Amino acid sequence: MSEAGLSLELKPKLAPKTKLRLDPKTGKFILLYPEKGLLLNPTGAAILKLCDGQRSLSAIVEALAEEFRADAAVLRVEVLAFVQGLLDRGLLRAEP
Amino acid sequence: MTADDRLYTLIAELTYLCPLRCVYCSNPTNLAAHPDRLSTADWLRVFEQAAGLGALSLNLSGGEPLLRRDLEQLVAGAHALDFYSNLITSGLPLERQRLVDLKQAGLSSVQISIQDSVAAESDRIAGRDAFEQKLKVARWVKELDLPLTLNVVLHRQNLGRIAEIVALAESLHVDRLELANTQYLAWALENRSALLPSRDQLDAAREVARAAKERLKGKIELLFVLPDYYSDRPKACMSGWGKRYLLVTPDGLALPCHLAHTLPGLTFDSVQQRSLDDIWHHSAAFAAFRGEEWMPEPCRSCERRAVDFGGCRCQAFHLTGNAAATDPACRLSPEHARITDARDAAQEPPLVPLRLRYREIRR
Repeated sequence: MSEAGLSLELKPKLAPKTKLRLDPKTGKFILLYPEKGLLLNPTGAAILKLCDGQRSLSAIVEALAEEFRADAAVLRVEVLAFVQGLLDRGLLRAEP
Repeated sequence: MTADDRLYTLIAELTYLCPLRCVYCSNPTNLAAHPDRLSTADWLRVFEQAAGLGALSLNLSGGEPLLRRDLEQLVAGAHALDFYSNLITSGLPLERQRLVDLKQAGLSSVQISIQDSVAAESDRIAGRDAFEQKLKVARWVKELDLPLTLNVVLHRQNLGRIAEIVALAESLHVDRLELANTQYLAWALENRSALLPSRDQLDAAREVARAAKERLKGKIELLFVLPDYYSDRPKACMSGWGKRYLLVTPDGLALPCHLAHTLPGLTFDSVQQRSLDDIWHHSAAFAAFRGEEWMPEPCRSCERRAVDFGGCRCQAFHLTGNAAATDPACRLSPEHARITDARDAAQEPPLVPLRLRYREIRR
């Protein structure tokens, strides 16, 4: 278990009600769902693109550490908080 | 216009025709004045122009959008433009195969309304037998793996059954449950004394909804919208006039909100005469209540003016006669008594059941 209470073996996947797409007006990614949209910063977009239900959270953190050349330990905290928030809002689903 | 005004959502009210006669319908009460005037090609052009303005979401609404025979074509057109499309429907008339076709055409999600958890009550508010069909359609939506929102408009006659409504939503495996208190405009304003709840009813229901929201976290997104009659602050109607939303009526008027065409002194353009881009950027009616210039006191100097934008222009007009007044739902409004008087009257149940006025086409 991680400090956020999430297992790093968890394989998050975007919920069926969501649609991740580029907003051509801002060049940023946005996660659309009924009646709402969540504007994503580059890290958030990068995380969600990896949430395919195949990769575990630890694999996601590793891939991001590589992509952003960042410290995995620092990144892990950010990723877990972000994923937990979206799980709570039903925008991500977790495959055990 | 400010740089912050950006269209995100197009609301396409495809027709005002509807098999239901709900007593709180948000369509205008002069339905006959707004017949279906737009062709398939007109709507597809509107979608394209909205996408060009930046719209990412499309609500296919009405009336009952299923009554448009070209709905599949419209959904396909929306899909080609990469819209998140949401079909807002009563669920009738519909056969399973048509829903399959709509999914095939690229529909993103479905929102079905029920009026209560009890069939007889739901049908009484809807003005016809519809409940069983609605549940059937809700099950088809889930079988086809489409995201499902269940919408229930709340009022004094169903607030006591929030727990049962939540249980029904759970049994249907909905993705989202919208428990929205009635907005007292249009038909709902005509039925206000029969619908407006007491504070005790509302507090009890809110508590049930709060507990359910916590319990269902991560499974069902539960939304409980307070009526502005009890909030003391106005709602940020449409997230601000001409800021995030644009609505097109069945007869082709481009509006900032559902009832803007009931406001006097504003001329709204038809999408058959002007492009959405031109209307959004240059029409006088869209400019009328943008920004803060139009605001009276106490809005103009209020610290919340960028939060609620002075509230709802239609509510201001329909309760005070002045569309540019502070929304009387605000406790700082000089006309706030129009809200509190109605609220006071709602604290006791009426001595005799009040007659409901059903939505109808008045000629």
